[in-house]
Amino acid sequence: MPERAQLAAAFRATLPVLFGYVPLGAAFGFLFSGLGYPWWLAPLTGLVVYAGSAQFLGVGLLAAQAGLLETALAVFLLNARHLFYGFSMLGRYPGTGWTKWYLVFGLTDETYALLTSTPVPASTRPQGFYLAVTALNQCYWVIGCAVGGLLGTNLRVDTTGLDFALTALFTVLLIDQLRSATAMYPFVVAAVSGIAALWLLGPDNMLLGALAVSLSALLIGRRTGVWAS
Amino acid sequence: MGELSYPLAVIGVMAAATFPTRALPFLLLRGRENHPLLVYLARVLPAAVMTILVLYAVRDIELRQVPHGLPELLAMLVTAGLHVWRGNALLSIGVGTGLYMAMIQSWVAGWWLATP
Repeated sequence: MPERAQLAAAFRATLPVLFGYVPLGAAFGFLFSGLGYPWWLAPLTGLVVYAGSAQFLGVGLLAAQAGLLETALAVFLLNARHLFYGFSMLGRYPGTGWTKWYLVFGLTDETYALLTSTPVPASTRPQGFYLAVTALNQCYWVIGCAVGGLLGTNLRVDTTGLDFALTALFTVLLIDQLRSATAMYPFVVAAVSGIAALWLLGPDNMLLGALAVSLSALLIGRRTGVWAS
Repeated sequence: MGELSYPLAVIGVMAAATFPTRALPFLLLRGRENHPLLVYLARVLPAAVMTILVLYAVRDIELRQVPHGLPELLAMLVTAGLHVWRGNALLSIGVGTGLYMAMIQSWVAGWWLATP
């Protein structure tokens, strides 16, 4: 369990995610309410699936009355990028208990970004901080899904652009990564493959493509000694 | 429950298809956290992923259409500039997001869109 100080630090660190996840979750809830199902299925999805882009895809699949096998395949491929996050979190999530598997379950883009960039407050048990960050982020997401599902299209507040908070969060975390970096080649490799993937694969497929190319380039570079530095 | 069985099944399948994408590395590589290759990946992957996530966040911008991604670029520059200057993440993100919302919601957007 997180200590009080860890909870406070986690809340401060996750505030940008709060501003990003609530409107984004609400957008999912709005879309979901258009399907005509009970509103509570929206927060339930946020609770058990907890993957933004896959949930948006899920609305389309439900609307199209897609088959279960097709759903499983589409969702797995869309979320395959998570595999890359796991590779670099193995050492941070040791042990076995249920908390470890909750941390693994809650490894979203934003949680991964925060946990790999934010210094952990001094403590003998960093897992408490990881747990607080992961659980707070999921709370924001589920709250957003519930609000969107409940209000449907009745909401009148203009939150257009509020989800830029996530773009700003990634920007800030990239600067933190750059500041603490010992080598520049991971950034260069990723920037080149990201732009190439955006150009060649288009916006919908760029994430997985760029991650796969970057991972390959980083592994090949290590083996051949190109990044000898 | 009849009419709910289909959406519940889809949501269940989505959950069952998502968790392995997060858990497989931990299951397959259990006990090998100290392998040099994984130590190397833990060191270089966050930097690469963050770079790609920033590009991913702006993937839908239409550079050829007005306003040519200018609101995003401007708000990101302000966010980055503030962060380099003051090093306060909440301040950088708050001001950047506020500026972005003002730009795309207000008269500024109207002025941009009206300008050929």
